[in-house]
Amino acid sequence: MFQVNFLEQYCKGCGLCVHFCPKNIIVLAQYTNDQGYNPATINDMTKCTGCALCARMCPHVVIEIVEGGAA
Amino acid sequence: MSEQILMKGNEAVAEAAIAAGCRYFFGYPITPQSEILEQLARRLPEVGGAYVQAESEVSAINMVFGAAAAGARVMTASSSPGISLMQEGISYIASAELPAVIVNIMRGAPGLGGIHPSQADYFQSVKGGGHGDYKLIVLAPSSVQELIDHTILAFEMAEAYRTPVVIFGDAMMGQMMEPVVIPDIEPLPPNRPWATTGMEGRGPNIVHTLYLPADKLENHCNRLFAKYSEIEHNEKRSVGYLTEDAEILVVAYGIMSRVARAAVEMARDDGIKVGMFRPVTLWPFPDNALQAAARNARVVIAAEISMGQMIEDVRLALGNRVPVVLFNRIGLVPNPDEIYAAIKSKAREVNANG
Amino acid sequence: MAKKGYMRPPTLLQKPWHFCPGCNHGIAHRLVAEVIDEMGLQNQTVGVGSVGCGVFSYEYFNFDGIGPSHGRSPAVATGVKRVLPDRLVFTYQGDGDLAAIGTTEMVHCAVRGENITIIFINNTLYGMTGGQMAPTTLMGQVTTTSPRGRGREQGLPFRVCEMLATAEGAAYVARVALFNPAQVNRAKKAIRRAFETQMAGLGFSMVEMLSACPTNWGLSPLEALKYVEEKMVPTYPLGEFKVPEGVK
Repeated sequence: MFQVNFLEQYCKGCGLCVHFCPKNIIVLAQYTNDQGYNPATINDMTKCTGCALCARMCPHVVIEIVEGGAA
Repeated sequence: MSEQILMKGNEAVAEAAIAAGCRYFFGYPITPQSEILEQLARRLPEVGGAYVQAESEVSAINMVFGAAAAGARVMTASSSPGISLMQEGISYIASAELPAVIVNIMRGAPGLGGIHPSQADYFQSVKGGGHGDYKLIVLAPSSVQELIDHTILAFEMAEAYRTPVVIFGDAMMGQMMEPVVIPDIEPLPPNRPWATTGMEGRGPNIVHTLYLPADKLENHCNRLFAKYSEIEHNEKRSVGYLTEDAEILVVAYGIMSRVARAAVEMARDDGIKVGMFRPVTLWPFPDNALQAAARNARVVIAAEISMGQMIEDVRLALGNRVPVVLFNRIGLVPNPDEIYAAIKSKAREVNANG
Repeated sequence: MAKKGYMRPPTLLQKPWHFCPGCNHGIAHRLVAEVIDEMGLQNQTVGVGSVGCGVFSYEYFNFDGIGPSHGRSPAVATGVKRVLPDRLVFTYQGDGDLAAIGTTEMVHCAVRGENITIIFINNTLYGMTGGQMAPTTLMGQVTTTSPRGRGREQGLPFRVCEMLATAEGAAYVARVALFNPAQVNRAKKAIRRAFETQMAGLGFSMVEMLSACPTNWGLSPLEALKYVEEKMVPTYPLGEFKVPEGVK
């Protein structure tokens, strides 16, 4: 079980994490953050395998993934 | 080693730098200053330092930037065309408030000019040279002993004010030999809590010159200029010679001041009331002392090995109170006779005008 | 078993960056920070920035930093390293900064075998000034100063790694890319090897990273990654050009 945290205020909505997530569980939110971008967010945390490909490709170091998040 | 020895100007600069605790030198060969490099290439490894021969003066001055940021006492030296190449780096060093010593053994110019003595880089160092609002302390020694003393002083000033200091020599001073004493001093190691040395036990230190928000840049410039005001207040230096009753005042710096002094002595033998004023710091220019020295003057002769550069500061200091005329030669250090003749001619005019 | 999860490297300061959406500079910054943290060198590092999109690197890294003038970073790094030979000293430079105005400083730094590392971000143009042609611009590539596409009269792409690998003073020279997670992992290994080369005192090291600039290329972030893979890599082949004994 993994908890994926998005530092939404730093996200510029480039969507690379959306593309590289093998489980297709990351989406860009409908709302905008303070910078005016649609930040990335996760729609089904239970499917996350902690592979961290999203974090690896994120150019703004928005994503942190910790094991053992709230079930 | 406090005994008197015979030494060439360029070698003396190198030895003085070592005495002052300088352990890093970055430079590029150019006549007539190359002996500074050669001496330091020999000597710095002996005292635990490093000499790096850069691929250009552009690179050399940026190595100085890096070494100064890393906390070292550091120097470079060149001659006029090479100093031109360093101007960009000097602007950055001044803005980043890094202590560094830059020696200019001036040669003929503009362009490739020649390898003769010159004083034609006055504007470049005293008035700016690089881009933006900054000042350089500029020292003008007139003998090999003073090259030594001013090199040591330059390191002290650079450290005290966190600012680059320029020492003006010329082809003659760099190449001539005179008896000198290298003082036996024990300089403290540099104390630079702001240096980028790796942040063990503190937060990150940053050395930079970029201030994108307009107010930050304005604050930065205001802060620099508050420091420059302090330097102006503390560091104006000059030497007067027989100025008390002088109706004719010769103003000259560096090697030219020695020639001027000899000419003044010759003219005094003729009963002419002539004196000499020698700025030792070109920036800050010793304007108050010049005003005092010129209080009885009816004519002032600015003597320079250039087409007339220092003369502008002489005029700024004296205003319209007294005529200021230029005596100059290019490509050589004149004989005292020539300045003596100029003094005689002015003395006749002064007497004719009653 | 590979370690799962991901934490931001402590050596990156937590603040918003000026980089455009999808810009690979951020990935490069993160990799440098990760390697420094993994090597435990945060307190022994002096980073030397540059002018261009890398200009704020000293504001993003949490270690001592210097902001030099355009192209002169290898000279500045030389000054730092000679004074502090036991520190990790690296420059972070783009292709305008390194491969145009700073060519002299870069080449002679390598020729001297200066024991520093250059992190070289190649995105084929001047990003910060609005996408002008650089020496690294691809043939036919449209930029604001090659509006009809780079032609023969505007020169040919400059392969920095291949040139520097001929310098005897260069110990480690590698070109990597950032267009997918596997390449990113390879890039990180290259940075690690470069830093290890330096800390072992083996001489000059450089890692060139082919890096996407979606904004100035006029592509989406994803299209820009494809552009790196399909257009840049054929001109700038990936690989390690030089690896010293003992860092393998």
